[in-house]
Amino acid sequence: MTLERGLTWFLRAWVGVVFVFVFTPIIFSLIFSFNSQRFPTIPLGEFSTQWYETILADRDVWQAAWTSIIVAVSTSILATFLGFCTAYSDYRYNFRFKGAYLALILLPPTIPLIIMALAMLAWFSRIGASGQVWSIIAAHTVLTAPFAMAIIRLRLSQMDDNLEAAAWNLGASEWATMRHVVLPFCKPAIVSAACLCAAVSFDEFAIAWFVSGLNKTVPVVILEIVTGNIDPQVNAIGTFVFLTSMTLVVAAQLLFIARAARGMKQGAET
Amino acid sequence: MSEPLLVFDNVVKRFGDFVAVKRMNLEIGKGEFVAIMGPSGCGKTTTLRMLAGLESPSEGEIRLAGRVMNEVKPHERDTPMVWQSLALFPFLNARENVEFGLRMRGFDAATRRGKALAWLDRLGMSEFAERDIATLSGGQKQRVALARSLVTEPQILLLDEPLSALDAHLVIRMQSVLTNLQRELGITFVYVTHSQSEAFAMADRVVIMSKGEVAQVGQPKDIYRAPANRFVAEFVGRNNIITGEVKSASGGKAVIKSPSGSFAVTADVLPEPGSDATFVISADLVRLTASKPKAENVVEARLISEEFIGSVVTLFLEAADGTEFKVQVQERELATLDLKSANALWLSWPATSAHLLTER
Repeated sequence: MTLERGLTWFLRAWVGVVFVFVFTPIIFSLIFSFNSQRFPTIPLGEFSTQWYETILADRDVWQAAWTSIIVAVSTSILATFLGFCTAYSDYRYNFRFKGAYLALILLPPTIPLIIMALAMLAWFSRIGASGQVWSIIAAHTVLTAPFAMAIIRLRLSQMDDNLEAAAWNLGASEWATMRHVVLPFCKPAIVSAACLCAAVSFDEFAIAWFVSGLNKTVPVVILEIVTGNIDPQVNAIGTFVFLTSMTLVVAAQLLFIARAARGMKQGAET
Repeated sequence: MSEPLLVFDNVVKRFGDFVAVKRMNLEIGKGEFVAIMGPSGCGKTTTLRMLAGLESPSEGEIRLAGRVMNEVKPHERDTPMVWQSLALFPFLNARENVEFGLRMRGFDAATRRGKALAWLDRLGMSEFAERDIATLSGGQKQRVALARSLVTEPQILLLDEPLSALDAHLVIRMQSVLTNLQRELGITFVYVTHSQSEAFAMADRVVIMSKGEVAQVGQPKDIYRAPANRFVAEFVGRNNIITGEVKSASGGKAVIKSPSGSFAVTADVLPEPGSDATFVISADLVRLTASKPKAENVVEARLISEEFIGSVVTLFLEAADGTEFKVQVQERELATLDLKSANALWLSWPATSAHLLTER
């Protein structure tokens, strides 16, 4: 009993330590972003919003933010669409080489980012498409579609096998069933997949750095600032990026967990 | 004379090498309540799925109101089904679930709402109309599923073991809901189940299936008292099945000699003397006495075990040659028999109670 309790406390403390480890740098970045001094040293200087003012005045940063948003939104739409299609084809159909098909779809996240980035760059320059906004979108779609598929596939696995047949039985054609039954059923997963893909794309640096050319995204601009000198602007941008991604990820989690919990409850009742 | 509402004409269904339904011929009339019953894997669900268009026959024809249905898509036919899992749409509330079929048929919102609410009201669900499906109990979900299937006013309703997930007391309630509905609407119900009590309690006719074949079709009483073959006799009720050689056959009565004794059986068509014959004597038609009775068919046996299931008790006895007999007696009747001290028990039944099987 005491051992068990001790273990519980140990595990709680462990989780606490992990959180501290993960969030401390981010919190410091947040604190330093409001610090008037140029160098991140303690004691702190005065409270100041000058670094935010600097980046708000910087056209390069604005441009990068705009590119990042376009890329993130497009990636999220494309990747979620592809993810849904593959998840549904897996749910609905049985065919030869299905195992290989699924493995192929889930492959991109297992490839080291730097390798993928180089490969993308090589391929895009060969077909004369490097340095375009849409080349970043294509690369990010490849990277994030598997996540979308995994999330949507999980939701589909909770669907009653007879649900589609029940819709046909009530006079719905296959397209009507897709629209009125499958999509509504998957909606929470689709929304959270879209949020997650957008978040991943918004944060992604390696591929964007290789592929983006002159259309820099926010992470690329951050790196460029950092390589030049020590500039607290980075803290300000970092805070902004962190908040955006966290919002998306948390939204995705909340949506999916709430639905999954409801699904579980329903499953337990019947 | 016009054709019955529903006709299975030499229907065969194969899945690869596996034959799920072997040459089925069956006619179901308008307003009939037909139960298709059999053990799992007998082809009953496949039969129902063919009716709904979810499978198409490999051979033969299914005709509904004279129209060949083989290639008609599920959504193009009006054969709603109540599913074993209910398959309600979890993202819609009770009323929206009921409205679904009407929505797919292009009814306007006001009509849909009116009809859906009328059906929910009819099934005693009006106060739950706007409730989330997940918050309803098993019985309530069942009613929503029924309303959803009936709202389009079909000629025929298919039911796939709809009561199998319910508690025993709810099953009885839903049985009367279903039979009343069927009578009031006058539409055909095709009800698939593995439960004998459900089938016998509700159906006008019962179709017993075994390994893809129709083993017997008839009214519940006929199937219970006069099973056509050994499979039905074993599947339905507690029957003693006795096989032996026919010693004599005359005057509407045959005498069959089995290892446990010679027994007389009445039959319309008598078997040839010298041939093998099988008859059944239902466990509830056997009399049990502590002394040798004066009766046509008598067997001495000793008690092996008993099974108590409420007001009725099933006794398992063994004759001298080792044949097992089953006897069903009322629990209160059993109290008058002193089973413990009796040295031997006697089983007896009149020749008219036994039923000779016509098929092997």
